[in-house]
Amino acid sequence: MKKFLALLLTLAMALSLAACGGQEEAPAQDGGDASGDEAQEVSVKVGLICVHDQNSGYDVAHIDGLTAACQNLGIDPTDTNQVVFKYNVNEDQSCYDAAVDLAEQGCDIIFSDSYGHQPYMLQAAREYEDITFVACTGDQAAVSGLANFKNIFPYTYESRYVSGVVAGMKLKELMDAGTVTDPKVGYVGAYPYAEVVCGYTAFLLGIQSVVPEAYMEVQYTNSWFDLAGEAEAANILMANGCVIIGQHADSTGAPSAVQEALEKGTVAYSVGYNIDMLSVAPDAALTSAQNNWSVLYQATLEKFIAGEEIPADYATGYADGAVMISALGESCAEGTQEAVDAAWAGIKDGSLKVFDTSKFTVGGQTVTEYEVNFSIIDFATGDVVFEGPTENVIADGAFQESVYRSAPYFDLRIDGITELNNN
Amino acid sequence: MTQATQHKEPLLRIVKRDGIARPKAYAIRLIAVLLSLVVCGIFIYAITKLNPVQVYEAIFDGAFGTNRRSWVTIRDAMMLLCIGVGLAPAFKMKFWNIGAEGQILIGGVVTAGIMKAYGSALPTPALLVVMALASILCGCLWGVIPAVFKSVWNTNETLFTLMMNYVAIQITSYCVALWENPVGSNSVGIINQMTAYGHFPKLFGQTYGLNVLLVLLLTVGMYIYLKYSKQGYEIAVVGDSENTARYAGINVKKVTIRTMAISGAICGIAGFIEVAGVSHTISTNTAGGRGFTAIIVAWLAQFNTFVMILISFLLVFLQQGAIQIATQFNLNDYASEIITGIILFFILSSEFFINYRVILRNRKGADGK
Repeated sequence: MKKFLALLLTLAMALSLAACGGQEEAPAQDGGDASGDEAQEVSVKVGLICVHDQNSGYDVAHIDGLTAACQNLGIDPTDTNQVVFKYNVNEDQSCYDAAVDLAEQGCDIIFSDSYGHQPYMLQAAREYEDITFVACTGDQAAVSGLANFKNIFPYTYESRYVSGVVAGMKLKELMDAGTVTDPKVGYVGAYPYAEVVCGYTAFLLGIQSVVPEAYMEVQYTNSWFDLAGEAEAANILMANGCVIIGQHADSTGAPSAVQEALEKGTVAYSVGYNIDMLSVAPDAALTSAQNNWSVLYQATLEKFIAGEEIPADYATGYADGAVMISALGESCAEGTQEAVDAAWAGIKDGSLKVFDTSKFTVGGQTVTEYEVNFSIIDFATGDVVFEGPTENVIADGAFQESVYRSAPYFDLRIDGITELNNN
Repeated sequence: MTQATQHKEPLLRIVKRDGIARPKAYAIRLIAVLLSLVVCGIFIYAITKLNPVQVYEAIFDGAFGTNRRSWVTIRDAMMLLCIGVGLAPAFKMKFWNIGAEGQILIGGVVTAGIMKAYGSALPTPALLVVMALASILCGCLWGVIPAVFKSVWNTNETLFTLMMNYVAIQITSYCVALWENPVGSNSVGIINQMTAYGHFPKLFGQTYGLNVLLVLLLTVGMYIYLKYSKQGYEIAVVGDSENTARYAGINVKKVTIRTMAISGAICGIAGFIEVAGVSHTISTNTAGGRGFTAIIVAWLAQFNTFVMILISFLLVFLQQGAIQIATQFNLNDYASEIITGIILFFILSSEFFINYRVILRNRKGADGK
C-alpha cells in the first residue's frame, strides 16, 4: 500500500513537473509543490556512517550538516525511514557492514564521514551499483572509475587561513605590547598527512599575513581524536615557547591545556577546529576553523534528488558558505573582526589566494611548478591501484588546492615550519 | 562454645554446594538471564521511556534481522569463539594469558605483510597456507616467550603477557606507518582490494564459510584435546595444583610452555582469520579488545568449548543489537553497553548461586551442619 502510494506520488510529481516545465514557473503551483515534497520524502532514503558519535566535534559537524541539508530539502531527519545514522563505526570491516546494511535497508545514497571509511565504501559501491556512495574527505572517487562512488570536501584551508589571521592579530598585539618577543606558533596535528599539512600551512600563512616573521612547530598526535594526547602535545609546544596553539585534531584536549596554562600565567592562546572552544577555554580560545558540511551535503543531495549527475569530486569554500570560523573569543585583539572580514572578502572575490606562491618558499626557493600524481599507489609494493593523471598544480601564481581533486594534496613543507615528530 | 549455640542464627547463611545437577544449574542461569532482561527493561524505560519489548525486538533485528546481519553475527561470534578456544587451555592451566590481544595482532601483522608482499607471486591457496603457518608461528612465539620466562625464572605471567601486547601494538603501528596509503594517513586500506589476492575464497557459496569451518574444527579439536588427551589431563592437573602435578611426575615447565605454544598459536590463527578472512587490512584495532572479551567467554564456559559457542553468540548478539538500537532509537551506543553490562553481571553472579546456596533462618529441611 505504502509502495503504491509512493509510486502514485512519484507519478504525480513527475507529471506535475512535466506540466510545470511547459509553464516555466515550477514553484508557483501550490498543489504541485505539496505533492513534490511528499514524493521526495518517500522516494529518498539517506544513510550516514559516523566514525564517532555526538561526543566528537568532527562528527557533530557532519550530523548537523546532514540534518540541516535534509530539512532544507523536505526530508525528515528524525524519521528513520528517511535518514539513518550509524554511529561509532570503526574504519574497518564494520564500515563495510554498516554500508551494506544501509543499502539493504533501502538507502539510496549513503555518506561516510571519515577518511578511513573510504576503502570499505568503495567495496560496497562495487557491489551495489544502483546506490550512490559518498566518502567525505576521500580521495579515490575520480580515479576509481566507479560511477556510483563520490568524494566531497570543503575548502577547509580557507577557514584555517582566516583563523590564522585571528591568531596573527593576537600575536601582533602581544608583540606590540612587548609581552612576546619570539613570534613562535605551535600546531597540534593528527597525522603527517596532506590534509593536515595543507591545514597548518594555511594557518601559518594566515598568521604571516599579519606577522610576517612568525614561524611554526608541529607536534603530531598520531590520532584523530585523543584528549590526553592533544593536551600533551599542546603542553610540549607551550614549553617550547609557542604562544599560539592551533590544531587539526578533533578533541578539546589542546584548548583545555592552553586555558589551564594561561590561568597559571603562561602567555598562550588557542585556535580550535570544528567546534567553538569557548566553552572549555573561555579566555584562551580565540576562534575555531569550521566546516559547514550542510552546504556540501545539500548540493550533493539536490543533484541526487533531481537525478542529475553528481561529480566524482565536489569541493567548495567560503563563496558557497561551506567554511567559516566560530565566534571570536573575548581575548581577540582589537580590529580582529575587520581583518577577518577583509580576509573573507578577499577570498570571496579571488583577490586573496591562500596558497599564493609569492608568500612562501620551499628550501629557500619560490615554487613555480609542482607535479602531483593523482594515481593511488601502494607505496609498500609500488603497485598502482588506480591510475590517475599527473598535473602541475601551480597556476596563476598559486597552488591550486582542492581543484584537481576535492581531498587536499598540498604536501609541500614550506620554510618556517618544523615538524617535531614526523615518524 | 556453648555461647555460640545460643547465638541467634543469622538471617541468611551461605553454604557451598557439594554438587549440582546440570539441569538445575542451567535453570539458575536461565533465571539470571530473564531477571537481567527485566532489570534492563526497567532501566530502558526509566531512562528513555521506550517500550523495552520494542528495544529487545530491535536488538534481535540488529543481530538476525536480515540474512547479511545474521552472517555478520556468525562471523563475529566465530572470531570471538576462536580466541576463546585459544585461551581455554592456558586458563584451564591457571596461566593468566592476558596476551591474546598481542598474539592476535602479531598473527594479523604477518598475515597482512605476506598478503602485501607475495600477493601477486603466489596463488591464493598457497598464499593462505603460508599466511596461516606464519601466523601460527608468530602467535606461538608470542605465547612461548612469557611461558619460558614463567617456568625458568618464575616471572609474573599476567604482567608479562600484558606487556607483550604493547610490544605487538608497537610493531603493528610501525608496520601501519610503513604500509599506510596515502603517506601519513595511518590507514593501510584494504590490502589487494582490486585483485583479492590472499583473501578467503567463498566456501559453500558463503563469504565467511571458511571462517566458520576453521573455527569449528578448532573448537571440536580443542574439546577433544582438553577432555580426552593425556596432555589435556596434564593441563587440568597443573591448573588444580602444581604440587600435585609435580608429585605425579608431570613436568610442569614442559606442560606450561607447550600449552602456551598452543594457546598463542590459536590466537595467532585468529589474527590470520581476521585479516585474511574478514577485514583484509591491519591496524592497531585489529584485535579490538576481543582478546580480553574472549577471557570472559572462556571462563563463563568453564573451558567447555561447546558452551563457548553459545556465549560467543550471546555477546556478539548483544553487540550487534546495540548497534541497531543506537540507530533505530537514536540512543547512544553506551546505553546498549549498559544493557550488555547488566546482562553479563547477572550471568556472572548466577555462577555464585550455582556454587553456593543461600539458607534462610528457620527454614526446616536445610541441612546446615
